[in-house]
Amino acid sequence: MSSSKNKSANDKLIGTEISGAEIIVNALREQGVDTIFGYPGGAVLPIYDALYQQDYITHVLVRHEQGASHMAEGFARSTGKCGTVLVTSGPGVTNAITGIVDALLDSIPMVVLCGQVPTHLIGTDAFQEADTTGLTRSAAKHNYLVKSVDDLEGIIHEAYHIATTGRPGPVVIDIPKDVQFGKTIFKGKNSYKDFEYDPITEPYMPAIKMAIDLLAKAKKPVIYTGGGIINAGKEASEALRELVKITNFPITSTLMGLGAYPASGKNWLGMLGMHGSYEANLTMHDCDVMLCIGARFDDRVTGRLDAFSPNSKKIHIDIEPSSINKNVRVDIGIVADAGIATKALVEEWKNHKGKRPNLDAWWNEINVWRERNSFGYKNSDDIIIPQFAIERLYELTKDRKTYITTEVGLHQMWAAQHYHFEEPNHWMTSGGLGTMGYGLPAAVGVQKAHPDALVIDIAGDASVQMTMQEISCAIQYNLPVKIFIMNNEWMGMVRQWQQLLHGERYSHSYSHSLPDFVKMAEAFGCLGLRIDKPSELDAKIKEMIDYDGPVIVDCRVSKIENCFPMIPSGKAHNEMLMPDDLGDIGSVITDAGKKLV
Amino acid sequence: MNQPASAYFISEEKPEIIRTTLAVIVKNEPGVLGRVVGLFSARGYNIESLTVAETDHAKHTSRITIVTSGTLATLAQIKAQLNRIVPVKRVIDFHGDSDALSRELALIKVAGKGDDRVESLRLADAFKAKVLDAGLEHFTFELTGSSKKLDDFISMMKPLGLVEVSRTGVATIRRGKGKV
Ligand SMILES: Cc1ncc(C[n+]2csc(CCOP(=O)(O)OP(=O)(O)O)c2C)c(N)n1
Ligand SMILES: [Mg+2]
Repeated sequence: MSSSKNKSANDKLIGTEISGAEIIVNALREQGVDTIFGYPGGAVLPIYDALYQQDYITHVLVRHEQGASHMAEGFARSTGKCGTVLVTSGPGVTNAITGIVDALLDSIPMVVLCGQVPTHLIGTDAFQEADTTGLTRSAAKHNYLVKSVDDLEGIIHEAYHIATTGRPGPVVIDIPKDVQFGKTIFKGKNSYKDFEYDPITEPYMPAIKMAIDLLAKAKKPVIYTGGGIINAGKEASEALRELVKITNFPITSTLMGLGAYPASGKNWLGMLGMHGSYEANLTMHDCDVMLCIGARFDDRVTGRLDAFSPNSKKIHIDIEPSSINKNVRVDIGIVADAGIATKALVEEWKNHKGKRPNLDAWWNEINVWRERNSFGYKNSDDIIIPQFAIERLYELTKDRKTYITTEVGLHQMWAAQHYHFEEPNHWMTSGGLGTMGYGLPAAVGVQKAHPDALVIDIAGDASVQMTMQEISCAIQYNLPVKIFIMNNEWMGMVRQWQQLLHGERYSHSYSHSLPDFVKMAEAFGCLGLRIDKPSELDAKIKEMIDYDGPVIVDCRVSKIENCFPMIPSGKAHNEMLMPDDLGDIGSVITDAGKKLV
Repeated sequence: MNQPASAYFISEEKPEIIRTTLAVIVKNEPGVLGRVVGLFSARGYNIESLTVAETDHAKHTSRITIVTSGTLATLAQIKAQLNRIVPVKRVIDFHGDSDALSRELALIKVAGKGDDRVESLRLADAFKAKVLDAGLEHFTFELTGSSKKLDDFISMMKPLGLVEVSRTGVATIRRGKGKV
């Protein structure tokens, strides 16, 4: 981005009096924002008017404000930049909140500009008034109510600073309509530099040295990484690859961290956690030193806490101090940027003298676990097994520039297991909040940022109906996203839990009255494809890829396939269920476990 | 320290509960108190007492003093979570700080006649409470001291005709010439 050019274009404005709405557009431009996702309404009309009169920022008109926040997430996650959203007051904001919380939990940088009723009407229950700062206080990393146009420019720059530094997250700016109309002197970005918010990024070096001392003595080490590595940028992934190479340690990652280390790398164990691989979970359970970088010991990852990796010393690197010792007590906690800290580890490892244990025995153990082939499944000639569909999708798209988003459910877990990521920022999924309806708009956001890439939403029949209307947005802007629905006619993940935990009482989890997705695609004005048999998969997937425009694929998969392995809630890593355990599943899950989500 | 069986069971663990006073130095901007209080309710932490006032007008600084309790691990999380709030500048924990001075003020109204009335005045004198307001059938006392002293006095007033109590919550500062 030619930021110097943006600046010079704005230079002539500096010192002149302009409206709040113009300040917004120009401050965004100085922030390098070229795309915003939004929806108009009474309380943001002045901003829409200012957008109309410029051509630097592209506005993508969504169909529902939840779509806007998910699009901004997809845009941000796939580029490493900050996403920007513009919505009106009241229902505009409330609709956007799901995506704001999603961004909060998955640490996605985002700025959400909201219209508000004029300041003199705030608190009167005016038309389309909602207490935006109250509603988003715990939904966002930070929020502002701009009470005077004089504060607006500084708040916008501070908001981008807060959204993108430290643990990234969404920042909401509530802007009353009179503030958008009000006039003040435009000062330019350079006038706003010293922000009080200044998180630590450099690691405390003695702690790094202690960590290396531990790691160098480890006989059974493991590296466990998360979304923090992705957020720390490409350099962080490179440093991680280097660290794995020089240490020869096994590495696993959370759902959010896929792609930081390549799936084809020889030290890769696959994803860990509830639906992670056997080898990843057992390696975590049996290790003697665990190095966690940019992950947060989430309950989906740890399983039963008092049985979580019981014999290991733990090192935790995180940019957010509150993540350290939150769920799992660690031996060395290091507050730092994941990339900077990983580089420091690489340097210290190289400097560290002394004999290191031979890891052959450890690798031998791991390789035995690998032989279980825990993501294996029984294929069929007649019905499409969902895992097989994803495998074919992977084989037919892996040599292209492909980005994958998902909805939430079994299809999401199978995508994580069977689609293999070689690079960071190519995998967009709702991990922390688990938001059905995320994938389709996120795909639109990714495609907007990467017009030439192949962007596929691996979807579920239930999830996709939550934000389906955004396909209309994709069509409007010629964004050729591919919506690959793994249609099992069930809320499959709910059905699996009901089967395993609730005596096969399938309460309200069947996808009744499903639309004809092919006709729906046609009604929206894009291509609809249906795949019924395994033998059709390749041809139809190719047709999907080759079609120059959005496609909705109704891939009819097995209705009863469950996702394994599975660590039931309240169980330990070494108590995971394998598909062949299914017989005695009722006895495997305790009453206490059934209470957990 | 043993770890709980699952993240969900953290609250079911029963290690020692510790009470502490936190001074939270914040940028005095609208909504900052809401953020701090909202954090406590959202994450299920206790607030036993809370005071807030601007302490440096020129620097827009307010000091929020919170008495809270929890396990050591919970208290560490409370402090870490408070520090995440953007306008929070510092969090000072007075736990185990023998140099911490804490005071609270209470206004206590007692109504009664005869011996009870005399007895309440005698106790007030012993506690060095001031009489702020008096009538033929009531006294209103002002008492400053530790929360414990206030608790003691109030419980003694109960049988003597305690009508109403208004307390400020705790303010804490460290002994000596230094700044925290
Ligand atoms: C907004 C929202 N509501 C409810 C849920 C709970 N939930 C998790 S998975 C799931 C079913 C998803 O069904 P589908 O999209 O068809 O995916 P499948 O599991 O069948 O692959 C539900 C209801 C959720 N994650 N998000
Ligand atoms: Mg389904």
